[in-house]
Amino acid sequence: MKITKDLTIPKLFYEKAGQYGKGRVAMREKEFGIWRPITWHDYFQNVKYLTLGLIRLGLEEGDKVAMIGDNRPEGLWAEMATICARGVGVWLFQDCLIDEVKYIIDHSDTKFLFGEGQEEVDKAISVFNECPKLERIIWDDPKGMRDYNQDYLISLKEVQDLGRELEQQQPELFEKMIQKGHGDEVALLFYTSGTTSLPKGALLSHNNMLTMGQHLMAVDPCMETDDYASYLPFAWIGEQMMSISCGLQVGYTINFPEKPETGQENIREVGPHVMFAPPRMYEQMTRTIQVKYLDATWMKRKFYALSTKIGYHVADLKFQKKRIPWYWAFLQWLAYISVQKKIKDHLGLSRVRNAYTGGAAMGPDHFRFFHALGVNLKQIYGQTEVAGISVVHRSGDIKFDTVGHPIPETEIKITEDGEILTRSPSVFLGYYKNPEATQETLIDGWLYSGDKGFIDDDGHLVVFDRTKDVFTLRDGRPFSPQYLETRLKFSPYVRDSWVIGDKREYVTAVICIDYAVVGNWADEKKINYTSYQELSQMPDIYNLVEAQIRQANKDLPETARVVKFMNLYKEFDADDDELTRTRKLRRAFVEKRYQDIVEALYLDNDNVHIDTTIKYEDGREAHIKTDLHIRKVEE
Amino acid sequence: MTESNKPKEQDILMELEDVHMFFGKVCALAGVSLKVRKGEIHSVIGPNGAGKTVMMNIINGLYSPQKGNIFYKQKKINALKPFERAQLGISRTFQKVEVFGGMTVLDNIRLGRHIHMKSGITTGSIYLGKTAREEVEHRNFIEEQIIDLLEIQHIRHKPVGMLPYGLQKRVELGRALALEPELLILDEPLAGLNLEEVEDMARFVLDISEEERWRVTCILVEHDMGVVMDLSDRVFVLNFGNMIIDGTPDEVQNHPEVIKAYLGEEDLYATRA
Repeated sequence: MKITKDLTIPKLFYEKAGQYGKGRVAMREKEFGIWRPITWHDYFQNVKYLTLGLIRLGLEEGDKVAMIGDNRPEGLWAEMATICARGVGVWLFQDCLIDEVKYIIDHSDTKFLFGEGQEEVDKAISVFNECPKLERIIWDDPKGMRDYNQDYLISLKEVQDLGRELEQQQPELFEKMIQKGHGDEVALLFYTSGTTSLPKGALLSHNNMLTMGQHLMAVDPCMETDDYASYLPFAWIGEQMMSISCGLQVGYTINFPEKPETGQENIREVGPHVMFAPPRMYEQMTRTIQVKYLDATWMKRKFYALSTKIGYHVADLKFQKKRIPWYWAFLQWLAYISVQKKIKDHLGLSRVRNAYTGGAAMGPDHFRFFHALGVNLKQIYGQTEVAGISVVHRSGDIKFDTVGHPIPETEIKITEDGEILTRSPSVFLGYYKNPEATQETLIDGWLYSGDKGFIDDDGHLVVFDRTKDVFTLRDGRPFSPQYLETRLKFSPYVRDSWVIGDKREYVTAVICIDYAVVGNWADEKKINYTSYQELSQMPDIYNLVEAQIRQANKDLPETARVVKFMNLYKEFDADDDELTRTRKLRRAFVEKRYQDIVEALYLDNDNVHIDTTIKYEDGREAHIKTDLHIRKVEE
Repeated sequence: MTESNKPKEQDILMELEDVHMFFGKVCALAGVSLKVRKGEIHSVIGPNGAGKTVMMNIINGLYSPQKGNIFYKQKKINALKPFERAQLGISRTFQKVEVFGGMTVLDNIRLGRHIHMKSGITTGSIYLGKTAREEVEHRNFIEEQIIDLLEIQHIRHKPVGMLPYGLQKRVELGRALALEPELLILDEPLAGLNLEEVEDMARFVLDISEEERWRVTCILVEHDMGVVMDLSDRVFVLNFGNMIIDGTPDEVQNHPEVIKAYLGEEDLYATRA
């Protein structure tokens, strides 16, 4: 298919819906315990009436419509309807706090807001008066909505009814709207997660999105009979890329889990053919296996250990692009039928042809782990500003410390300072209401990423770290803290880690233990504890973490090894601004927030006194007064 | 009680009339009268050992009082057994969860549907026509009305015994709802739950009481005064088998004897917040 400048997302949608009609399933949702299919015809009808309803409510060209909610067909309909009505879609993370909701609604000049149910509507109502441009709040799940009678609230069904009325008066209107429009017009306004500052709104055109999908599909084609599971937030560009950019072009079936909590279980039922998730999802899967391994019987553990050994050996041969001898291939087959097949099935990976990870750094250990299982996991590199990705591994040419080659029609250049630049048809139009940032980021069609990297001898791009995050070690060498952090996170006991040591005498780390896994471990050892805080400070747990750190230190140069560490009294949380919504560490923020800790790690102290207040999700506050231990890692 | 507050006869769903209950020489209830109006949440509070659970057991038929009458929809039900009362539409949860630990969540809830099963042993063994249709209907009811309401989709197929206490309580509520009751007795539904679980449970109770689909009359036995005062239409205060007051939450909170006997003179609000 050729993507011309005239092609827009609605035009493609119209074409595909006409082509597939009632004969093909566009999406499936698990509802009330049963997978319910939605054909392209149903999809089309729902979007059509929603589009007309929005027009009837007064949506005009270029108006912003925001959406907040879990992954459900209705969310995708709302987005598609907004674009069909020539509006601009804005997605918010489902777990956004009220301040973030307010900032984005206000900054984007949102006119209508789709909130899934009571929780989202509550958030919207609480910011309604502070966002003068916001006119209507549209909801769709009636649960708990019985006592809401604000006149600016309207249900999705009512909007569709308005659409039906409008169709009777102007039967041609929807087709006319679809035929209008040009590929360079803005389709989506996407707020970036912002590791450093307030979120910035990236303007993405129809052409940006469509070329993105086409180029990714040129590398790893999907088929229309494929299944895709949509369970990551729509507010993440990766999910948009798979559901809209690729989904619309290929026409595969998008499957929505019943609830966020049932995601993993539902994915297993679907058995998707393609998967794109940030590293934390894969980290979680790894942790699940590692923990189950610890709980398994002696026999199972032996089998697992043996199959992993085989898996790693074969994966390493593949990494080195060596031929796999027949006896290893045979052993690999044995490992597959006895162990790997079952593990892959439990993780929902049994049919996956290509699994992608991106959005943050993934450690080499995790990466090798999945390849040893026989999962074709590939790194990608990209950002919201290129509507998804620009660089990806090719099958059979995978190196776990690189992100691969650029996708078609994409150029990658490294500046003298080592900054990665990208140029492609998918590079965004600019930031909304922020010309300064646009000027800094977009120069002569090149996107300045702010990431440091280089191109290796095989032409693979290696992403080092965010430029401003790169450390200078005491011997003057540059070092990526992210690399060490991801290595530490390979331990199932470590949920998050934060490595410190820029221009310092030595490297230190702050560890957030995984409450569930470490808690389990403590239960088995008959160690009593009442809270995360107490558990994290126990000497036994320090010993446990120390062992993990020693493991990660193993093959690092001496100056890059973690010398001291401490366990934090809480987990990092996006609600406390410590992480972005996609769970990237906001380094500058934590450095400021935990200044005392950073200082103490570079003094001769054995502990650091903490006197602070933490805020719970429901607004309650708790005062924490405690001493945190600092441990030196023994060689 | 003011004149306007007096319940009209036809509004009353369940009534206890001068109920006495003795265990040997111990008097658990000494002439208690209670009128529960249709559609309301009527709370029963009182210190430990006041006789709250005894009262619930009498309504539900586990105990028969030595003296006094129980009316349900103006009919005397003293002689009815618990299962017969269940058929009339009286359902309950227990202070200490009484679920079948080895069975899945779904099976536990299905048990509550049992009294609505019409097909007999013959049609059941053939499993055609009526039985199959009936099963689909029950399945829809459980999935659409109960599992969705209580948000327990993720544990549907898990054995109840392996679940945390808070979820077990939810499952028990689910089973009680599967009966499609008109009167639901909730015996300390919040005991042992953490703050978040309390909030969820309070929301479910409100949904059951207010949602058009349900409109279930609830008798709520609870110690968490914050929740009781927020949720209830009326509060009945019991102390050592005697009623102190039966009134609106405001009346109860300002009643001097209640303050003395239960709420504590200094600490008027014994709540978790």
